[in-house]
Amino acid sequence: MSRASEILFNSRKVSRPSSLDCIEKIFDDFLEFHGDRCFADDCAMVGGIASLDGMPVTVVGIQKGHTVAENVSRRFGSPNPDGYRKVIRLMKQAEKFHRPIVEFINTSGAYPGKGAEERGQGEAIARCLFESAGIKTPIISIFIGEGGSGGALAMAAGDRVWMLENGMYAVLSPEGFASILWRDPSRSSEAAELMKITATDLLANGVIEKIIPEAPEGIENNVEYTTDFIKKDLIEEFKVLCAKPIDELLKERYERFRKFGEFEE
Amino acid sequence: MNLFKKKNYIPLGKTAQYNRHARAEEDYSDSPIIPNGLWVKCRHCSSTIYKKEMDEFQICPKCGGHFRIGARDRLNITCDEGSFEEFDADMTAKNPMGYPDYEKVLEKAREKSGLKDGVVTGKCTIGGYKAIIAVMDSNFMMGSMGSVVGEKITRAIEKSTEMKLPMIIFTTSGGARMQEGIISLMQMAKTSAAVRKHSDAGLLYVSVITDPTTGGVSASFANLGDIILAEPKSILGFAGRRVIEGTINEKLPPDFQSAEFQMEHGFVDKIVDRRNMKSTLVTILKLHCPKEVD
Repeated sequence: MSRASEILFNSRKVSRPSSLDCIEKIFDDFLEFHGDRCFADDCAMVGGIASLDGMPVTVVGIQKGHTVAENVSRRFGSPNPDGYRKVIRLMKQAEKFHRPIVEFINTSGAYPGKGAEERGQGEAIARCLFESAGIKTPIISIFIGEGGSGGALAMAAGDRVWMLENGMYAVLSPEGFASILWRDPSRSSEAAELMKITATDLLANGVIEKIIPEAPEGIENNVEYTTDFIKKDLIEEFKVLCAKPIDELLKERYERFRKFGEFEE
Repeated sequence: MNLFKKKNYIPLGKTAQYNRHARAEEDYSDSPIIPNGLWVKCRHCSSTIYKKEMDEFQICPKCGGHFRIGARDRLNITCDEGSFEEFDADMTAKNPMGYPDYEKVLEKAREKSGLKDGVVTGKCTIGGYKAIIAVMDSNFMMGSMGSVVGEKITRAIEKSTEMKLPMIIFTTSGGARMQEGIISLMQMAKTSAAVRKHSDAGLLYVSVITDPTTGGVSASFANLGDIILAEPKSILGFAGRRVIEGTINEKLPPDFQSAEFQMEHGFVDKIVDRRNMKSTLVTILKLHCPKEVD
């Protein structure tokens, strides 16, 4: 198995810590809030407020389950538009109360369902990107497992994007990529290799800023190893980001995404 | 008896592409030769239309269905004559992911569309009102958004913010360009952030949905217009019909994700016939901008 396929496999392990697992280990006083105030509460998206070493923060995350039953109820971590609208609502709330925002990402993509389309999946993701570009408080996103397509990007449009050692992020799942471009989903490991989905590749091309290590015995056997790193890094980074004047923060956020593109003129 | 009815059609001449599936041994030398591209089939009513029967709007004379239209043709029916000045006309794609044969795919798309990539951007006047315009083209790799599309659209939006002009984007796209990988995905955040700046400057952005607008483009600038117009029956949606049907194990209604469906669900302001698009845009511009007197 190639390194990319191995990481793809690891990133999807049901035993990997979920967003709620990470939240529990990193923050104190987490209060989960529900609903988008429009239509529903999306179980594939969790969010609320908490304390990061004494500092109030807003936390949101895409939630996968550890069991089949939990995964079915959480749509295997594929949010509906209601989930993205919950994120937007909580981001605006964070902005109002000057709380930094932490976003955990773990999804193969936004849910491709009938209701999702009826309620504007495209609009919800677009609005999430639009709002993220202007929210006047620091945003740090962390890929803890899978990151697929626009459904992941919607939560990774802030100031810093980090990834666990065995996380991945791609324009589409390698299976989807292989079936669209080669009409052969079985070539997914070849696609995974080509697509540069690993944290090391993404660090090299500037899509992420930091790789967070996982315990040598496997993350599922030692979650604290990783969450201690996340906690320490979040505290340090928010110190830096919160000290910046808002205009500068937003300008740098704009530049962060403005730079992507390879073309000739 | 239908079985014995004489055929009332004749075999066609063997042109290079037209009869490429014909069996080699059949002799068509005496048959009339009909050149390619004179007849087109309407996607909506399935009738075969003599192309010259259609005017510059490329609308089916039988059912009023809108054919997909290229970026240059679109500019011709939208901008005031001679007013269009193109931006970044020579920008071309690179191969950031090292995708095998991407250069060949691009070359083919250039041949098919006559464009360098999937969008044409520039400055123009519409009914005398100045605007920045971007028109996507489904003939170029289904209007997919890679670095060039993302960069040209972002620059156009930035230019309109700088010049304090309204922005008009005609969207058509299958989504992010897979061949450029994660960099294509980043274009969604890049363009959306540019729309945000434009919006914060108090400027007008009209998004015009044309068939089809899906995937990453629907999940970024296409759905962020202050005003969202759509051509009749154009498809606007995030996930593809087949993917959804496969996920929910259910057949979707025929009008699913159509402009009419989207208007009913609250995601489109107005459906506008192509023949009325320019006058509708002029009215919108009139109600938002003081007329420039040059």
